Amino acid sequence: MYRYDEFDRDFLSDRNREFRGQVERRLAGQLTEDEFKPLRLMNGLYLQLHAYMLRVAIPYGVLSTRQLRQLGMIARRWDKGFGHWTTRQNIQFNWVKLVDVPDILEALAEVDMHAIQTSGNCIRNVTADPFAGAAADEIEDPRIWAEILRQWSTNHPEFTFLPRKFKIAITGALEDRAAIAFHDIGIRIVGGPNGTFGFRIYVGGGQGRTPYVAQEIKDFLPPDQLLSYLEAMLRIYNLHGRRDNIYKARIKILVNAIGIDAYRTQVEEEWERIRGEEIDLPADEAARIRAHFAPPQLQPMPVGHAAFSKARAQDSGFDRWVRHNVLPHKNPDYAIVSIAFKEPGRPPGDATAEEMERVADAADRYSGGEVRVTYTQNLILPNVARADLADLYEDLKATGLVAGNTGLITDIIACPGLDYCNLANARSLPIAQDITERFAEPEKAEAIGELRLNISGCINACGHHHSGHIGILGVDKKGTEHYQITLGGSPGDDAAIGDIVGPSFPAEEVPDAIEKIVDTYLAQRRDEEGFLATYARVGADPFKEALYGTSR
Amino acid sequence: MPSVITANRLVDGIVVYLSENDNWLTDLTAARVAEDEAGLEKLNAIAGQAAADHIIVGPYPMAVDLDKGIPEPKSVRERIRAAHRPTITAVTEAR
Repeated sequence: MYRYDEFDRDFLSDRNREFRGQVERRLAGQLTEDEFKPLRLMNGLYLQLHAYMLRVAIPYGVLSTRQLRQLGMIARRWDKGFGHWTTRQNIQFNWVKLVDVPDILEALAEVDMHAIQTSGNCIRNVTADPFAGAAADEIEDPRIWAEILRQWSTNHPEFTFLPRKFKIAITGALEDRAAIAFHDIGIRIVGGPNGTFGFRIYVGGGQGRTPYVAQEIKDFLPPDQLLSYLEAMLRIYNLHGRRDNIYKARIKILVNAIGIDAYRTQVEEEWERIRGEEIDLPADEAARIRAHFAPPQLQPMPVGHAAFSKARAQDSGFDRWVRHNVLPHKNPDYAIVSIAFKEPGRPPGDATAEEMERVADAADRYSGGEVRVTYTQNLILPNVARADLADLYEDLKATGLVAGNTGLITDIIACPGLDYCNLANARSLPIAQDITERFAEPEKAEAIGELRLNISGCINACGHHHSGHIGILGVDKKGTEHYQITLGGSPGDDAAIGDIVGPSFPAEEVPDAIEKIVDTYLAQRRDEEGFLATYARVGADPFKEALYGTSR
Repeated sequence: MPSVITANRLVDGIVVYLSENDNWLTDLTAARVAEDEAGLEKLNAIAGQAAADHIIVGPYPMAVDLDKGIPEPKSVRERIRAAHRPTITAVTEAR
């Protein structure tokens, strides 16, 4: 993985010194809240319902075990012993004190981490396929390009005060596991002629109050031209994006207002103009960054098939975990393992300090010391020998992190909601808990099959409800929390925005409503048909009938 | 409508309420209650000064119920703030 050089470290230490001074001046009353707020937000520090919240960037979701242990230390020392994996591969600490933040940032800098650009109208932390470098279906490792984008976008003077925040996601695999269609810019690495590759660029996707699936702007961009093209895209947005209305300020609004063709024409004109300006990375620098992501030297580790089959036959929990949480690696002796932070009753994505440390131990023992965070709020061990799976499972069992439910209905994405967030209209976490408990029986969840259920506590859609096969949106209805349900959304290659199925439900009726939707799906599906295929074939009517009866 | 003033404490962000002697306490039941507009105006002035004195952040009036003789929040949001914790069992607590 990428390691900071002296330039990176000096920059971060200067920045932390600067913010320490700003915090001291705020505490001494030399800065008002109006003056201080933009400064703290530039350093990832929000003021939420109960306390300050620090959102720490995890670049493209990649963590070393040293970093993960430091996050655990921070949770224990300066928070209430836990953190929350976010829906953008970051981590949030929900209970930090302003007075402690400069020390926390210093502790982060010790392990090459920070909270810069996790807030504000800038290019946010770039997200990527959490299986990068390991996925069996990978064309090119997206971390190399995510790191190049990180360096390009960090403190980019022209793009520090955009009309609104800006999110980029990149995948290098055949299957999109980074939800690129729901980003301001989505980048898909595609194969080119003679074993080359390039970038297919999408623009104008996003969730929030006006959801859009991103549209293709460039079919094939050679790798050495990525930065100049993105620079042109950002510049046109910066020039024409609306600053008069926060709800119309994202690039998706601009692209859909003027149309993708008009936007493309302007970008291409600008690109032609600036291509010669040495914005693009020199080949030797790209090679230097690539070297940080050299594939690990994985020793041949053939699994003993008889012993493995026996272990699976003897332990149904292990067998289920292998079915759902063990995913194909590019090396057939190895696997990608999903560590689920989603057992029934757990607030999705919350992780204790001890769990962080135990996962770090497991990653050191079984996965070359590398961990990934997924936007679905789980952790990934990217390089586990299949021969070690049974031992890893036993180790994880001791920490309680062996829910074999990755991709199932209980693998819920949920934002912190009204239990923590200042923007929320309704709670997400209790709804997630109720639903996971309703489907707690592993056989029941497994019989339903793959199902993405996402919950947001407000229209800002941090819980990705628009892209859930089943989406739940919390709304305030005359002072009580109600939940609107959408069906048919998808974050992947068939990206789609869910349709609102009908009137909202009060909290206590949500688990029943979800069960009715699931029962309708199970009654209607043919053979192994997934939820989306059934929904596309039968339409919303059977679900409406189940939820509201014929009278509605 | 009876109201109290709430804010977050500057130094740690914790939810506080304007109480007697211009103290800012975490306990809602100890909050000073304004029964009318004139009373609220007076509390608002104290809160404005406390914000200027860098004790608290973002003060605002919050309607309360007095049915049980102590101020109680009316909205879910304010019930959650007054409890100083989420409504769910935290991951660090026994489930």
